[in-house]
Amino acid sequence: MTRLFVVLATLVILLALAALMVGPADAGVAASLRALLGEGGPLVLVMQEIRLPRMMLGLMIGASLGLSGAALQGYLRNPLAEPGLIGISSSAALGAVIAIQTGLAAAFALALPLMALAFALLAVVILLALSGTRRGDTLTLILAGIAISATSGALTQLVLNLSPNPFATSEIVFWLMGSLADRSMTHVALAAPFMGLGFLLMAGLGRSLDALTLGEDAAESMGVNLSRLRLRVVIGTACVVGAGTAVAGAIGFIGLVVPHLLRPFTGHRPGPLLWASALGGAAMLLAADVAVRVTLPDRDLKLGVLTALVGAPFFLHLIWRNRRARA
Amino acid sequence: MTLLSVDSLSVSLRGREIFRDVSFDIAPGELVGLIGPNGAGKTTLMRAALGLIGAAGQSSLAALSATDRARQAAWMPQAREIAWPVTVEALVALGRLPHGGGGPADHAAIVAAIERMALTELQQRTATRLSGGEQARALIARALAQETPLLMADEPTAGLDPAHQISTMEVFADLAAAGQGVLLSLHDLGLAARHCTRLLLLAEGRLLADGPPEAVLTPDLLARAFHITAHHAQTPDGPVFQPLSVIR
Amino acid sequence: MLRRAALALALCAAGLSAVAEEAPRRVVSINLCTDQIAMQLAAPGQLHSVSWIARDPRSSAMAQEALDYPANHGRAEEIWLMKPDLVLAGTFTSRAAVEMLKRLGTPVVEVAPAYNLDDIPDRIRSIGTALGREPQAEEMIATFEGRLAALRAQVGERPSAALYYANGYTTGDRTLAGEILITAGFDNIAGDTMGGHLPLETLAMADPDAIITGTPYPGASRSEEILEHPVVEAIRDRAASRAVSDSDWICGTPYVLKAIDDLAAFRKGLE
Repeated sequence: MTRLFVVLATLVILLALAALMVGPADAGVAASLRALLGEGGPLVLVMQEIRLPRMMLGLMIGASLGLSGAALQGYLRNPLAEPGLIGISSSAALGAVIAIQTGLAAAFALALPLMALAFALLAVVILLALSGTRRGDTLTLILAGIAISATSGALTQLVLNLSPNPFATSEIVFWLMGSLADRSMTHVALAAPFMGLGFLLMAGLGRSLDALTLGEDAAESMGVNLSRLRLRVVIGTACVVGAGTAVAGAIGFIGLVVPHLLRPFTGHRPGPLLWASALGGAAMLLAADVAVRVTLPDRDLKLGVLTALVGAPFFLHLIWRNRRARA
Repeated sequence: MTLLSVDSLSVSLRGREIFRDVSFDIAPGELVGLIGPNGAGKTTLMRAALGLIGAAGQSSLAALSATDRARQAAWMPQAREIAWPVTVEALVALGRLPHGGGGPADHAAIVAAIERMALTELQQRTATRLSGGEQARALIARALAQETPLLMADEPTAGLDPAHQISTMEVFADLAAAGQGVLLSLHDLGLAARHCTRLLLLAEGRLLADGPPEAVLTPDLLARAFHITAHHAQTPDGPVFQPLSVIR
Repeated sequence: MLRRAALALALCAAGLSAVAEEAPRRVVSINLCTDQIAMQLAAPGQLHSVSWIARDPRSSAMAQEALDYPANHGRAEEIWLMKPDLVLAGTFTSRAAVEMLKRLGTPVVEVAPAYNLDDIPDRIRSIGTALGREPQAEEMIATFEGRLAALRAQVGERPSAALYYANGYTTGDRTLAGEILITAGFDNIAGDTMGGHLPLETLAMADPDAIITGTPYPGASRSEEILEHPVVEAIRDRAASRAVSDSDWICGTPYVLKAIDDLAAFRKGLE
């Protein structure tokens, strides 16, 4: 387990450095690092105001998606639960779009993450109300998720289409696919407090989620407070997904793929999977963001396109396995 | 000294009364079988005694904090849920969560529970890939690892073959003999008659009888509660109980 | 592209002359750029309707004038009901409507957008021919070319500049906007290209003397947010900055002269 931690942490550090080094402004490693510390003309601006916030957001959002995916899956005892797949991200995107289009975000900066958070919360609550926490009720969960995704996606398009701004319509892609391009420290500062809160709420859930392996009744008899657990998963997920989506759009599949990949290395225990997925999510999003910049440097290829290309086949594979396990 | 004291416990679910005014105590050394027809509320009674559902009346366990309760009583629900493909060892180790987990005492308890349920060979196997009987044993080991004075299990022998039914009941009997208290709900009256030191008969919305098996499995009570006749005899090999026919 | 547009125009004009020898009497324009040239060239009463965008002061240099004409939205049905004897359209806009109108037998003249300053006289001439107002067109062209030559003569020092729009787009020398910039006396950092996405990093590294952005539209958009990114702000603080009104830049009409004039004045302010 310690070895897994070391491997993942090293990976995150290396990818974070790579994320700082890759960009259209071609500069050497040494020059880049010096510029990061504040010397070297226009490169300082590039490092401090463009690449650093981009790397930080990749780290924070990736960790958020990994952690919330692992927490949701552990809580629902369902490997298909993922914030993007079950509509939490698109709901958060709707909240963010409403905050921007109503001018709320311009009047009060925190309105952006707060609205996204509120909508994410709404989605989680609806999902839990519809699908409950019965184990293996995959069908209801996924169907409820599709319904929520479709509704919030449609409402997002409606709001953007009604906007007097001619650019708004083209932004549907950003909200549905997500991107870290051209974000600034302002966005880091907007998202950080909510993500911090979400991490605090979810990081300590390991033992409760482990106990939940035996079902709700047995877990409760072992001292797990189920209603508090539910509250922490729900609010924690809404916090991290809401804040992440508000600044970078809905990036899908990270919360699905990362816990799935790391589960065997944690002995399939949902508790250790929490921190492992947080690290793994950060690594995967940073890798995706580097890949986006390396493969198509001139285009703003949306991150979600890449994560979906990797993630969707995983999803199919999981459904296939689920089906076989039941047959 | 009692391990569990239930006093005038009544439960209504969705406006329907399940049972009323149930009172009993369980002392160390007792292996108590909770019997009753389908729908009598055996599971509900055990969950209410644990405080997992709301009830009127008193239960010494329900009055405890969640952590203290987890150190006083281990509970095995009937649904043998193992949500993730963890190893048998990791599954058994879950029983140590109420104690903190990870210390040498925890390790000793896990090893002891695995040995007691004859799972040593299987301990690195994936729990979800075991047979039903093996899974049941692993889950009992999990409850044993919790090392509580009282063990409560809902239908622990359901779905097991005769050999495993008997050996499971013998594990519980040994625990009781060693000074723990055990409360099991059972459908198999034969097992109940042979292994339990005491039976609780739940029927007609109340505790119909409470006493040693020969005092509870009387023709009169069997007819009232289960609508059956039975052969019940003391033999040199111990008590034998066999249901015979349905009373129409 | 240009040649093909010219060919299409020639074919259309040929077809047209076969149907109606005399000038059209009821002309509907469905494209912002043909709207503006037609409004300047048409005889009184000849132009019946212009597109609704022509009334939008953010896009149209002739928003006030456009209010005198009924607006259309470029949809086949509404245009058919206007019973025009000529429709002026762009080569990219409202394609489905244009095809439909052609099938219904309405004469349509398609005019390609102006890709550079040299295209502008050509476009004016095309529309003048279609409207049967050739003398007015030639007069307008002469005025345009005269003023353009005067503006070109004034260039001295050439500071570097970046055209930076929403979504981080820029345009290079090989565009109308790029030529406006060159003519006004700037060197475009995007160089001899069509332009495209200009990464923020590239902008920061190029560190231009001036940054020219579009005027933000009402209603918020994430696309325009980039114009307030700390990097753009930093360049703005250091360099000269100017937000220009898009309406003079969008179409190849004589209004681009005003854009060049404004920009040249801005450049002189830098010296």
